[in-house]
Amino acid sequence: MSTTPVAKFAIERVQYLDPTGKPLTKNLPDFAKDKDLLRSMYRNMVRLRTFDAKAYALQRTGNMGTYPASLGQEAIGIGYGTALKKEDVLVPYYRSTGGLLMHGVSMLEIFLYWGGDERGSDFKVAREDFPIAVPIATQCLHATGVATALKYRKQQRAVVTEIGEGGTSEGDFYEAINVAGIWNLGVVFFINNNQWAISVPSEIQTNCETYAQKGIAAGIESIQVDGNDILAVYDVSKKALEKARAGKGATLIEAVSYRLCDHTTADDASRYRSKDELEKGWDSEPVKRLRAYLESLKAWSDADEEALQKELAAEIEAAVHAYKTFPAPKPEDMFDTLFAELPKHIQQQRAEAIARGAKHVGGHH
Amino acid sequence: MAAITLIEAVNLALAHELKRDNDVVVLGEDVGVNGGVFRATNGLAQKFGKDRVIDTPLAESMIAGLAIGMAAQGMKPVAEMQFEAFMMPAYDMIYNHMARMRLRTRGRITLPMVIRAPWGGGIHAPEHHSDSPEAQCAHIPGLKVVIPSNPSRAYGLLLAAIRDPDPVLFFEPKRVYRIVKHEIEDNGEEYPLGTCFVDREGTDITLVSWGAMMHETLIAADKLKLEGISAEVIDVATISPLDIDTILESVAKTGRLCIVCEAPRSGSWASEIAAQVAENGLFNLLAPIGRVTGYDTTMPYYKLEKQFMPSVDRILEEARRLLEYK
Repeated sequence: MSTTPVAKFAIERVQYLDPTGKPLTKNLPDFAKDKDLLRSMYRNMVRLRTFDAKAYALQRTGNMGTYPASLGQEAIGIGYGTALKKEDVLVPYYRSTGGLLMHGVSMLEIFLYWGGDERGSDFKVAREDFPIAVPIATQCLHATGVATALKYRKQQRAVVTEIGEGGTSEGDFYEAINVAGIWNLGVVFFINNNQWAISVPSEIQTNCETYAQKGIAAGIESIQVDGNDILAVYDVSKKALEKARAGKGATLIEAVSYRLCDHTTADDASRYRSKDELEKGWDSEPVKRLRAYLESLKAWSDADEEALQKELAAEIEAAVHAYKTFPAPKPEDMFDTLFAELPKHIQQQRAEAIARGAKHVGGHH
Repeated sequence: MAAITLIEAVNLALAHELKRDNDVVVLGEDVGVNGGVFRATNGLAQKFGKDRVIDTPLAESMIAGLAIGMAAQGMKPVAEMQFEAFMMPAYDMIYNHMARMRLRTRGRITLPMVIRAPWGGGIHAPEHHSDSPEAQCAHIPGLKVVIPSNPSRAYGLLLAAIRDPDPVLFFEPKRVYRIVKHEIEDNGEEYPLGTCFVDREGTDITLVSWGAMMHETLIAADKLKLEGISAEVIDVATISPLDIDTILESVAKTGRLCIVCEAPRSGSWASEIAAQVAENGLFNLLAPIGRVTGYDTTMPYYKLEKQFMPSVDRILEEARRLLEYK
């Protein structure tokens, strides 16, 4: 028997800061000295973390439905979100709160969505972004469709989509990266590898050393980053997005992070995860890491922190107030946007629901 | 003006819209160079180019999901599923996304797209090539489901489906792809969606059907005529939204209703029509409502296919039974 290697590959991992915020290399990218940019990234990560805490509190007090927080994974959504341009299209999944906030989706809209009100998906700013996807991996295919349309129309815009590492077991994920490779689509797939698909760890999810290497089979550039190092996440995102806009094809980015929270408010991670592991997870979290780096550049102080917390508290309280006083949906909202023109039998049901709703439904969240 | 078959009418409508509107693209497995396994897209890639008539990788969920993403950007994709039963991997896309996108974004994102699929039994095909899933699709809010029964309707209804601002599932009765020819002028005139066609007027019994089974139903009506029975024949054509008014008006005139379809009986669209007539036209009925359908079993392999599908004789038998009520 004679054998010849016909394909070889390696997955590179990108990381700039160690968990304590110290640079791992002297050759940091130029943006790593841009204090305004770094402060803005930090501000947005803290904003997301504060938003999550408020969302949890709203759920726990019966003011909102199930919510999936991003605690510990803030560098991912804020990282690619910082690289996202207004004209790009974001196709989110359920844990893309960071990306959505960065692309102009309001806190009120996100509260409304998880509060069970479809009006939350009628994004006022990000008009072309897809609504949050709860079914697993379906959003990857929508992203390829959007990218196909942008390519057909010769537009220099990029598409970003995000998926959990568990979602990469779905057929739709493979179908999406496959077609993105074949057609050289301008789409960036972000795998948010937070180590746990609800209660299922990586060793049950895949036999691969990395999730990034799944992209090799699709023939697309694939890379792993430290998902808790926002410098690394931003750097690879920016390059991947520029490449997408330039018509040079898709990129798969596996961002390795850790979920410091439950899967959602309906989950109890203590059933399947040890305290030790969770405590260890806090050692590499992204917010603390960037703050330490900022402090080393003399770009952040306790006074800055205090001012930021105050500012965010006010912003979030205003969003909560807007949410709690938002007019209740009307029964006809169930019908009015189902079709461009409502068929007669549904018009009849609409009238029925309005008549009944006037009798029974009060306006409350 | 040449007489053309149903499959040629589909091709003619696709070509018409590809020419008329740059946002229209055709995509699917084998639709390009090969022109589709049934030749629905024959010659279109050569005429309009590979950017407009796109051979995709083989993955049904991908085809539907891709079309959703394209439609969200305002394109008008017409996706082909090679056979109706192969559509099942795309059901998540159809149910969870295609049908709901407009409602859940409160109209911000709309999906002007069509999924076409050859549909139904009777062509001696292998397993999983002969199903009739129209009722399960019509059950999904937010979708339109259309099944033409002849070449003219295939042309006019497909034009309407492509131009419709909402997603449409367009099922083509493959058994009659080539058995009837109509003279069709390629004038771009569409037929309205959501409207039944009254193919024969009559006074004694209403026969309702759609798709390929319209042909047996029309033959049955002719035979009843020889027996002195005047049957009104209605082609539902748009399964959803259902034009129940035309059926109710007919039943008010004839007093008897027999619904013919090739899907399994329980929960079929025949059941929905029967329920609506019972709700809104009961006191016009002189006889129970009859359903002539497939059996509540899996579509058998083709040696038993004819046993499963309604025949002219079965329609006649049921019609005569209903006519016994005075």
